[in-house]
Amino acid sequence: MTRSRRRLFGLIWPPVVFGVAFLAIWETAVNVFDFQPYFLPAPSAIWDAFRSNTALIWEATKVSGLNALIGLVLGTAIGVGMAFLLARFRLADDLMSPLAVALNAVPIFVLVAVFNNMYPVTSEVPRRLMATLVVYFIVLINVARGLREVGSVYLDLMRSYAASDVTVLRKVRVPHAVPYLFTALKIAAPASVITAFVSEYFGGLQNGLGSRIVSNIALSNNAEAWAYVLGACLLGLAFFLTAAVLERVATPGGVGARERDRA
Amino acid sequence: MSEDGAADGRANAVEVRGLAKVFNAGRPDAVEALVDIDLIIAPGEFVSLIGPSGCGKSTQLRLIANLTEPTTGEVRVNGKPARTARLDQDYGMAFQQAGLFEWRSVAKNVELPLELKGWDRAKRRQRALEMLELVKLPEFAGHFPWQLSGGMQQRVAIARALAAHPPLLLMDEPFGALDEMTREHMQTELLRICGETSTTVVFVTHSIPEAVFLSTRVVVMSPRPGRITDVVEVELGPRRGVDTREAEAFFTKVTEVREALRGIQPAGIEPDIEQVVDEP
Repeated sequence: MTRSRRRLFGLIWPPVVFGVAFLAIWETAVNVFDFQPYFLPAPSAIWDAFRSNTALIWEATKVSGLNALIGLVLGTAIGVGMAFLLARFRLADDLMSPLAVALNAVPIFVLVAVFNNMYPVTSEVPRRLMATLVVYFIVLINVARGLREVGSVYLDLMRSYAASDVTVLRKVRVPHAVPYLFTALKIAAPASVITAFVSEYFGGLQNGLGSRIVSNIALSNNAEAWAYVLGACLLGLAFFLTAAVLERVATPGGVGARERDRA
Repeated sequence: MSEDGAADGRANAVEVRGLAKVFNAGRPDAVEALVDIDLIIAPGEFVSLIGPSGCGKSTQLRLIANLTEPTTGEVRVNGKPARTARLDQDYGMAFQQAGLFEWRSVAKNVELPLELKGWDRAKRRQRALEMLELVKLPEFAGHFPWQLSGGMQQRVAIARALAAHPPLLLMDEPFGALDEMTREHMQTELLRICGETSTTVVFVTHSIPEAVFLSTRVVVMSPRPGRITDVVEVELGPRRGVDTREAEAFFTKVTEVREALRGIQPAGIEPDIEQVVDEP
């Protein structure tokens, strides 16, 4: 126990020291070179702005966070469903996979403008659609791979047990795809948050973190803008950590643990 | 070994008659993997298939296991058509890769074939623990595959293959990825396990000493097209161990199998040379 605790401590202190040093250098640089607040505010100023605007930041965080969460849940559900279809039907795979890859290569943020045009200006739907779309592709591609890329030795074994396709799906393909799903979620969770912010840059209600960053910069409230950026970082981090914790809980077989050992 | 298997009232473990397998049949890239294979294996025999790569030894094992269908000819296992035998799970199988499911504990891996047969939880857990006892890994029941060494994983794979007490064990180079020391140890263990469970074994290998040490018969195969060129009977007695590997009889049989393999070219060597020569 003490040994693993010492190991944990060993993992934690280097980034903490680095982070503190980085902030110290930033603070000193702002003071020494006398940067103007509109160029770069000092960390202490950002922290003050964060403290005095906590309630407002929290309100904006709830708006962006809800949009991201809805996108994450919907995108995951549709992505997993589609992955099963692709794994089951060869034709669907042949039709969809190249399309999915091609679409994923397009900077899909351009679609925000289109979605915004489709819905009333006060609607949150376009932002949620964007987050859904981004999550959907990440989940689809990873889960489909997890369902499909099962080693031939496992398929031979299952055939020797006279297992049906449904049994192979249940006993082999689905458990094999679970780590792929969590890999996807760890990428998709922060991506859904980023998508929710950036979607706000393209108009619509001025109520989320992204639009607040823009409007504060427009008013030259740079420390406040940075305070909202800090809120955005914390939200993204919260999403990632939730995904990582879910992974730990859902893979008791130590699949996650083994990957950590390899890393 | 009796021709019809009826002599002692038991069906032959394996009967292969007039077997041929062509991959990509009817296409320009058709490959004759096996031609004209006849092989009869009686219950209790340990038969090795040996030959250079490309001689179709693995394909032959896969045909016996009904993992692939023959182009012509017939395969019977325990007196039934190979497909029926597979559906009845009349054999267990082990491969070069242990092929353990990494999300299942060691015991759960051994239980898998029993689970698919519909055994209840308590009964299959008890059998799994017995099997782990047999392969001398009882204390690892709750471990996960990645916590085990290669040799230990392969022992779990053997325990899994034998969990349902099948009369026949099909093994495709199961020790091919292990180091020499582990390999010899595993061979001795396999003989002990098969002796205790009176299992018939068909064993694919490319190691001459391994084939001689384990087998009652060594079937020598050659490529292009894959066929049986020789059968060497080995009788080193039921109690084989470290001393067997240094005995005169062992070396005599090793030499005999090596002689039988002499002159057999691995697949792909000659055609490559022809291709180079034929190039304009």
